[in-house]
Amino acid sequence: MRPLVLLSPTAILGYGFPAVSLDRGLSFNPDVIAVDAGSTDPGPYYLGAGQSFVPRRSVKRDLVFLLRAARRLHIPVLIGSAGGSGARPHLEWCREIILEVAREESLSFRMAVIPADVPRSLLLEELSNGRVEPLGPAPQLTADAVSESTYLVAQMGVEPLMEALDGGAEVILAGRCYDPAVFAALPVRQGYPAGLALHLGKILECAAIAAVPGSGSDCMIGILEQGRFLVEPAGEGRRATEASVAAHTLYEKGDPYLLPGPGGSIDLQGAVFTQVTDRRVAVEGSRYCPASPYTVKVEGARQIGYRVVSLAGARDPAFIEQLDTVLQGVEERTRDNFSNEEGGYRLLFHVYGRDGVMGAQEPHPAAGHEVGIVMEAIADSQEFAEAVLGFARSTMLHFGFPGRLTTAGNLAFPYSPSDFKVGKAYVFSVHHLLTLSDPQQIFPVSFEEVRP
Amino acid sequence: MKPLVELAQVIRTKNAGPYELTLDIIFKSRRIYEQVKRENSLNAPLIARIYGVPEPDILKAIYFDPACAFKATMKRPLPCGDPGERDIYGAQQHAPLLDLLLPWEDEHESDS
Repeated sequence: MRPLVLLSPTAILGYGFPAVSLDRGLSFNPDVIAVDAGSTDPGPYYLGAGQSFVPRRSVKRDLVFLLRAARRLHIPVLIGSAGGSGARPHLEWCREIILEVAREESLSFRMAVIPADVPRSLLLEELSNGRVEPLGPAPQLTADAVSESTYLVAQMGVEPLMEALDGGAEVILAGRCYDPAVFAALPVRQGYPAGLALHLGKILECAAIAAVPGSGSDCMIGILEQGRFLVEPAGEGRRATEASVAAHTLYEKGDPYLLPGPGGSIDLQGAVFTQVTDRRVAVEGSRYCPASPYTVKVEGARQIGYRVVSLAGARDPAFIEQLDTVLQGVEERTRDNFSNEEGGYRLLFHVYGRDGVMGAQEPHPAAGHEVGIVMEAIADSQEFAEAVLGFARSTMLHFGFPGRLTTAGNLAFPYSPSDFKVGKAYVFSVHHLLTLSDPQQIFPVSFEEVRP
Repeated sequence: MKPLVELAQVIRTKNAGPYELTLDIIFKSRRIYEQVKRENSLNAPLIARIYGVPEPDILKAIYFDPACAFKATMKRPLPCGDPGERDIYGAQQHAPLLDLLLPWEDEHESDS
């Protein structure tokens, strides 16, 4: 089998890469460019609201380089988890950017678009059939959680991507996708073992994060050979080392020996990492263990209300010393003030400079000479959230306490306006495994001929 | 005893999905790693204690030879992004590890 060269330009589409690194990456004569665009890391808002986590201008900038290069070399480009969360609005958002780039750059290509939305009726039906299981510590799924979720997506495996390649796609835009799948689809289709291809994909999906020095915005090269793969950063000043590549296997995963994905797991118990040149590492021994039945991860988020936040500093030693009493007093005054109002709310405080990052788990919860206070209200309506936060903010500003010297105000606000209307607030509502009858069951592939 | 910060080159935490937090400790050398592993100086009860969580919340505590690393994965106190969230990415939850002292004999001086 002839070696296959894979180019990963950046850790997330829109994170960028140096043009000189891309050129160096292209000098390896890649057979495919693949890029992962998504993550649940930025939290539930982006999936819930149907918004991209990465700015449009940044995604377009990367796509201009990648689409130009791919058309020049006549190689496919695979994009996974379009728009970050990979639901219908994210996919359409990214598709429009691709069409705009094609127009402006005079590019023609055959594009496959693969949505990853899970029909609500299917998920409800399979929930009652017992074909939906919590993933890790997630709670049991309820019909209410499914009904309240704004968008429901499933992570596709390599199979729908391979169908798109079979159909002659030169650009593949996939909705929510298992991160390594966009890298593994072409190699698996050409007969490379899924274990090696997916393990390579797992490393490449974060681009040069697995190099030293690491970077999420620089290119990485993967080469599949008989029985092993090689990785090497394209950026001149970086190296792949046994330690950096092996360490990356730990990254963001619960168990480094067994990495579960759609339809099976990558088993790394026999994986061996070997330095072959100063900048290049070889990996062999990674195996794929297919699971039966075939399951995919489903993600969903639901709205819980509206959020307003305010930021302030405090510098007075007596105020800082009595802060917990003050915060409790502000909570009580707020509760009393709105006790006759309809609707629920939550009022939260984060005290930076004391335990803002770790809360009750902070080993050294001592305040410094100043603290930063983030006040946050989540309520059933935007109007109520604004009222609660506004009341709590002004109450804290003028709150009286024993020994108070600074009777003109307790807080230093950096901004006017002082309160930031964040809009709708979301939580994750679905993080579950769904059994499919077929790996392509809910990932329909459609083709379009893109012309300038 | 020896401070963990003198034995490790990486001490990090990160989400592993919205419901789990995973911590990685990568040692400075294979020799150091092998000794820590041999003495099982890092383990689930220890992680549970320094994070103030019940031991069953530590879902994995594992030594990973290829990277000279110890990894523990625990249940997040809150699912990522729920009201009261303090660290969406879970990237700054390593502070309790920075104070840790591990059993260490003088003849096994670290080769940092």
